[in-house]
Amino acid sequence: MSEITPDTVRHLAELARIALSEEEVERLTGELGAIVDSVAKVAEVATPDVPATSHPIPMANVFRADVPGATLTTEEALAGAPESAEGRFVVSAILGEEQ
Amino acid sequence: MSADLTRRTAAELSALLGAREVSSVEVTRAHLDRIAAVDADVHAFLHVSETALATAAEIDAARGDGAQLGELAGVPVAIKDVLTTRDMPSTAGSRILEGWIPPYDATPVARLRAAGLVPLGKTNMDEFAMGSSTEHSAYGPTRNPWDLERIPGGSGGGSAAAVAAFEAPIALGSDTGGSIRQPGAVTGTVGVKPTYGGVSRYGAIALASSLDQIGPVSRTVLDAALLHDVVGGHDPRDSTSLTDAWPSFAEAAREGALADSLRGVRVGVVRELDSPGFQAGVSQRFHETLELLAGAGAEIVEVSAPHFEYAVAAYYVILPAEASSNLAKFDSVRFGMRVTPPGGGTVEQVMAATREAGFGPEVKRRIILGTYALSAGYYDAYYGSAQQVRTLIQRDFAGAFAQADVLVSPSAPTTAFRIGEKVDDPLAMYLNDVTTIPANLAGIPGMSIPMGLAPEDGLPTGFQLMAPAHEDVRLYRIGATLERLLTERHGRILEQAPALG
Repeated sequence: MSEITPDTVRHLAELARIALSEEEVERLTGELGAIVDSVAKVAEVATPDVPATSHPIPMANVFRADVPGATLTTEEALAGAPESAEGRFVVSAILGEEQ
Repeated sequence: MSADLTRRTAAELSALLGAREVSSVEVTRAHLDRIAAVDADVHAFLHVSETALATAAEIDAARGDGAQLGELAGVPVAIKDVLTTRDMPSTAGSRILEGWIPPYDATPVARLRAAGLVPLGKTNMDEFAMGSSTEHSAYGPTRNPWDLERIPGGSGGGSAAAVAAFEAPIALGSDTGGSIRQPGAVTGTVGVKPTYGGVSRYGAIALASSLDQIGPVSRTVLDAALLHDVVGGHDPRDSTSLTDAWPSFAEAAREGALADSLRGVRVGVVRELDSPGFQAGVSQRFHETLELLAGAGAEIVEVSAPHFEYAVAAYYVILPAEASSNLAKFDSVRFGMRVTPPGGGTVEQVMAATREAGFGPEVKRRIILGTYALSAGYYDAYYGSAQQVRTLIQRDFAGAFAQADVLVSPSAPTTAFRIGEKVDDPLAMYLNDVTTIPANLAGIPGMSIPMGLAPEDGLPTGFQLMAPAHEDVRLYRIGATLERLLTERHGRILEQAPALG
């Protein structure tokens, strides 16, 4: 059995920046436990002699000349933003009161 | 005439347009009328273009002026909502991107426009392509044109249903673990996942970057090939896009349709994907199709891929891990929704409130799972092991392709299940992808072709062909021959679907 507890889920939600409700934490604890138990079988055949594959087709890093091309205008880049002013994205305070 | 035009394939429409027997405006209007008539029931589209007729008129004018046009110029096309379009909202089926109009076109979309195709609209999908039924769309499910109480597959249920319901002749999809092929199987349409890197992903809203691939959805192998020819090929804006000089897939499909391309071809049946647990009618049609292949001169060999039983587990580690990283961009700053908690909050609290409100349950489930798989202390056991399984699966494929030119299996273990049947059981939903996932893990191309209706429920079944990486052309050549044999046997599958509207 996996070690997924409500506290694990709360911690993961904090890392993932999702403000889960307590109801969701409870439901996800059970669901994640079952999923994690099921996917844990990958460890059965992953013996040390098997190299890892991160990418399906072998590829080398790609470089290009450092030449400016066509880019978005400031207006285009800001067009989808929830809030903007003076050509910039606007966000609320970065630090809380105690920080 | 108008109703007939929606029944035509893209290749037939192309011939009619080229001979000036019909105009693109007529063809486009016929499809818009069809959408208006049936999409309230099917719900394949999230957005229908308001400029399609104007675009069609421009193509007609260019043709009238004698301009050199691409083969599919004037043919309408539907676009999965995972691809950005600068003139239509692009939501990837998520509330968090509701109404977002991107400032740029995805490369496959730009190539459609450059080739003169007419975008009809954006098709429904599971949120961020996470799902196998399109029930996880934030905008409500798409329904299978064969039975409106059943799922059209997923995540690209909208594109498959649009093509199956004659709302569009062709469409674009994306396939991360089967999202083009499985909807093809359960709607009686054709779907192709190209070799990883075969089609640019610039402007494709990323799910899992080591797995995602854009590809064609159609009613015939030739139409898929024609669309693949338009959107495929290297794109400097996607550094994972391959630099291969691809042959004409349409030419391969045309050759395959005429020739006996199966003589002497070694067809490998993957033992692990010919499971006694599959629906009886699916297995029956699969084995009948093998007999057809053998009758046409193919050599049927059994191959074994012992590590495929670990594929679903590896996939559901790798995919959530990559998705949890890719979806971090939805931070309420640069685009999409912003939700401020009561009384305000720091940018971090705003971000968490936005993601809580903007993501649906399956997306949250996978982000949390992926965050777990990548967290310190668990990384090696899960993500590391899953990447090792990926190597084992690639070795299985290499061994199998040493014995066979193409590998085959049913495209999906069952016909379309009922809406609601699996939506609350994520593990059952995940197992539905058992036949399609291995190809994504190895980056190889795969195609689903209709192989008749299952006798017990009268619903479509799909035959999957897989080829080695870079050998997409093999799928089109062999697929076109097989399609001809299957059509001789079963007739045109979609002509047997119940009437809509």
